[in-house]
Amino acid sequence: MNVLEWGFVAAVLTATTPVLLAALGGALCAQAGVFNIALEGQMLWGAFAAVVGSHYSGNAWVGVGLALVSTAVFSAILAVGSPRWAADPIILAIGINLLAVGLTGYGIRVLFDVSGTFSPDGLQGLDRMSFLSDVPVLGTVLGRQSPLVLLAILLALGLAFWVNRSATGLRLRGVGEHPEAAGSLGVDVQKYRTTVVLAAGGLCGLAGAQLSLGNVTVFTENMTAGRGWIAVAAVMLAANRPAWVLAACLGFGAAEAFGFRLQGVGAPQQLADAAPYIVTLVVLVATRLRWLRRTREVAV
Amino acid sequence: MTGTATTDPATEPAPAGRPSLLRTAVRHPALVPVGAVVVAVLVGAVVMLASGIDPIRAYTAVIEGALATDNLDYTLSVFALICGMALVFAIPLRMGEYNLGGNGQVVLGGITAAAVGLYAPLPGVLLVAVAILAGAAAAAVFAAISAPLSERLRIPVIISTLLLSPIAVAFGSYLVRFRMTDTGSGVSQTPRLPDAAHLGSLGDLRYANVGLILVLLALLAFWLVDSRTAVGYELRTLGASRRFGAYGGVHIGRLNLGAMAAAGAVAGLVGAIMVLSPPYRFIDGALTAPGYTFAGVAAALLAGGRPALLPLTVAVFTILQVGGSGMERDADVPRQLSDVLQAVVIIVLALRTVVEARRARAGRSG
Repeated sequence: MNVLEWGFVAAVLTATTPVLLAALGGALCAQAGVFNIALEGQMLWGAFAAVVGSHYSGNAWVGVGLALVSTAVFSAILAVGSPRWAADPIILAIGINLLAVGLTGYGIRVLFDVSGTFSPDGLQGLDRMSFLSDVPVLGTVLGRQSPLVLLAILLALGLAFWVNRSATGLRLRGVGEHPEAAGSLGVDVQKYRTTVVLAAGGLCGLAGAQLSLGNVTVFTENMTAGRGWIAVAAVMLAANRPAWVLAACLGFGAAEAFGFRLQGVGAPQQLADAAPYIVTLVVLVATRLRWLRRTREVAV
Repeated sequence: MTGTATTDPATEPAPAGRPSLLRTAVRHPALVPVGAVVVAVLVGAVVMLASGIDPIRAYTAVIEGALATDNLDYTLSVFALICGMALVFAIPLRMGEYNLGGNGQVVLGGITAAAVGLYAPLPGVLLVAVAILAGAAAAAVFAAISAPLSERLRIPVIISTLLLSPIAVAFGSYLVRFRMTDTGSGVSQTPRLPDAAHLGSLGDLRYANVGLILVLLALLAFWLVDSRTAVGYELRTLGASRRFGAYGGVHIGRLNLGAMAAAGAVAGLVGAIMVLSPPYRFIDGALTAPGYTFAGVAAALLAGGRPALLPLTVAVFTILQVGGSGMERDADVPRQLSDVLQAVVIIVLALRTVVEARRARAGRSG
């Protein structure tokens, strides 16, 4: 087993992308002061919508479009319910996550008369960026990836720049840090919050599309398998900052890719299943311990 | 962690209007839970109509599937398991924490009970008792990890339980696949537990067994602690207001530890009951696949964590769960519809703030 090769980097990026896209949405919401833990359900809905769109149109990009739009619509439950109607965002998110599991499982049964897994013949997955394959290094790392992988990384950098350097980004942070102050300066707090929740929905849609049409070409019931929760943890780890979200998600991607490699050399599948969660928890605890020690020093 | 978004109802325009029948109805406390179930049933009907299924036939199948005399025995056994899982979520909910790690806790309890049942050289009743206690203890310790993570490191219980759960599920799966496998069966399952490790039956019932009594005792214990003790009062105070509770001298960390341990113990009990009942094995995935964990979450939320209401709301979701299988069999409706209905109940409950804000406004103007 060799992890020091470009092929492993490629595997890390593949595993990273869905979580990264969802986590960026979660980070935007957190910046605006909305605790969005419905990422898991929204990603699952996106994965389902992408496969449905691709199956009926024969074009994977139609699937991506459907995932983007329909997941944003799906996230309206949270967008309207939590910031506007003051519903408990946690209970609402528990409901949304369960709704996605139920609707997608019900959906493949009713639409395609299959249970568990839907992978029809000729289901179109996302194109690879094969135009890069002749470029050294970049070809190995990105040549066999979908364009969404590149998009996710660019989005992370772009959002980092936007949040930190733009006027609207500043207002967004203001909305999260001190809504009353932001409101008194004429910022429409509700509008910012509703918009970021819908945008996060769109990002989760892309995350789901990458999962079901990029990483693989199939929809399986509950295929997000906790990635939305890892995304939430990544947002916490990164203290809501998009650039750090990228770093945290790469760490998760490395854990998943490493787990797969371990499986390849005969380690039990269960270790690969658990690896991302173990790594996420350990890193989360380690950073919090460091933070605890630092705040103690300040206190003394 | 960033705070949650809130809207001050005062900033919204108050509607002009005089007291009406509608407003009186809207103020009734039973409106929200009953309304949530009604809305869910209606949404379910719309979903079925949209997919070309006759909802009346489907719902008839749900009721028959769950409540026909022949099926009551089985329904009762599922009631016990969902009631247990409702407690798992309700106990921490009482102090405002969300334990979503039920799956991992159940699996850990189940595999521990199976290990004791298979390998411990204990006679008769002692074997069952020790198996249950060991399952409950293992899951209690595991669940309790989330308390210090929350109180000392500010990692919310909802996040830590969700991240810990798949690790426990994978661990159980690993044990049953590689260490405790029933060689020769070709399936990821333990050997059949010895007769001494089987839970006693209740009269001549085939499915419901002593496990039902144990869960009801746990429910009774929770109800007594909640309503009659200082700890219960502290739990409810924290649930109503963290800061008020802390100001009043409640040891949040200790209480959280106790609540999570108690929740984990009940999850372990449920796991043990499942393993010590037919087919008397730990089968990989069998403890989590039926979805009792989230049926329990929905039931606990519908009851607002109140122990006195739990039996009622658990009954609702048990009928939905057991009837869901009947519906699939008799009316060809995918059983995933049960998940949809559970989800709608939870979402409607979360959106009750709309009704409450209206009530508050009505109170001010009237």
